[in-house]
Amino acid sequence: MQLKNKAETVIIGGGVVGLSTAYNLAKKGMDEIVVLEREYLGSGATGRCGAGIRQQWGTEMNCKLARKSMDIFEDMNELLETEMDIELKQQGYLLLAFSEKEMEQFRKNLKLQSRENIPSREVSPAEAKEIVPHLNIDDVVGGTFCPTDGHANPFLVVKAYADAAERLGVEINTFTEAVDIIQEDGKITGVQTDKGLIATDKVVNTAGGYACQIGEMVGLDLPVKPERHEILVTEKVEPYQGPMVMSFSYNIYCQQTPKGPFLMGFGDPDEPASFNRKSSWHFLEEMAKKTYNLLPPLGDLRVVRQWAGLYNITPDRQPIITESKEIPGFYMAAGFSGHGFMIAPMTGILMSEMILGEELTLDINLDLERFEQGNLILEPSVV
Amino acid sequence: MDENDIIICRCEDISLAELREVIEAGYTTIDEIKRVIRLGMGPCRGGTCLQLIDRILAEYQGTGRAEIQQPTNRPPVEGIKLKEIAGDAVEK
Repeated sequence: MQLKNKAETVIIGGGVVGLSTAYNLAKKGMDEIVVLEREYLGSGATGRCGAGIRQQWGTEMNCKLARKSMDIFEDMNELLETEMDIELKQQGYLLLAFSEKEMEQFRKNLKLQSRENIPSREVSPAEAKEIVPHLNIDDVVGGTFCPTDGHANPFLVVKAYADAAERLGVEINTFTEAVDIIQEDGKITGVQTDKGLIATDKVVNTAGGYACQIGEMVGLDLPVKPERHEILVTEKVEPYQGPMVMSFSYNIYCQQTPKGPFLMGFGDPDEPASFNRKSSWHFLEEMAKKTYNLLPPLGDLRVVRQWAGLYNITPDRQPIITESKEIPGFYMAAGFSGHGFMIAPMTGILMSEMILGEELTLDINLDLERFEQGNLILEPSVV
Repeated sequence: MDENDIIICRCEDISLAELREVIEAGYTTIDEIKRVIRLGMGPCRGGTCLQLIDRILAEYQGTGRAEIQQPTNRPPVEGIKLKEIAGDAVEK
């Protein structure tokens, strides 16, 4: 297939953020949008993620993005006229605290969430056990629960955005790699791909774990680092566990997906920055111990598969959603720090507004300058 | 019987007709097909269907089976119970 040789905007990265951006730009009437994806759609972080959708965050920005995105997930089948249902499940996230100090942080988060109309509430250990009866609450001090949090199928959300974008005329090129971004006199003039040159003055970096490499193409040293996170999935069983069970201190997340398998993972605190996407035995063993202790009946489930993907981590665990001040026309939606999937719907809207110079729907400030100024508001709630 | 009623993936209950539908919709790799219709994602880990899918893809693409890119082989090799992996190290 022949690529377009000219575009109004070239989006680098065919994951959920890139496709949501492409769809929203096209919906607002932009013509000549090209998406470049090195492998197949969703082959990077999106397709490797834990498929959870959470609104219980600890910073105002993450709460706003997550809350508005949930509205869109709820209407997504109609909005995008999906061919296949996105498998939205809203049976909540149960966040567990294992110390009074952690519970204090949760209470601060609850206040913030309530201001953003997120219907979360505090629960006692006994209430947590009512919500998830097979939970071992021996060391649990308390928790919070948001009944509208849940799950959606990342592959089918990607497909939904891609199909809708294509219907609006977006050109999506899979197995096509952006090799370089061409600049003349400090302005972007094109994107060199392995299949030809595309002339453009607007480029969007939605490359997930590889966002730093796209930044390097325009000479930007983005404050993001790739970090491997591993997951496993079990055989499918009858519906058994409604909510996602999650803890930051015990370091686990575990949810049963609508078709029956359980998905679970944790973040290894000793994981170095790298592009490594291989699974490890260490993960499998630790994960099994954590799950069997906290959710004992799940010990009887067989592990079917394990894999890994890249978080793209920023120093404050909040994304970068901005246009470069140094290189006009270079836009970024990157550094999602492990929660890009769940905030992609709103991110795509904001990116499209930014690119078209419209007023933003949400009052956000997620630019690059915050890292230089150093007054960071840290997101405390990341696994 | 109608050839299209043949079950290709027993774990996920996927028929030849469903497989043909996604190939005709434009999917060209096993990796993509697995993710969209979950073919090969069940407990047998593609033991049966992955042998069949590359032949069908090759027919559509007019190539040999050897040219069809195989999906990533992911551990473990067969299903193991979480409590068996956890072993005696579990601190109750």
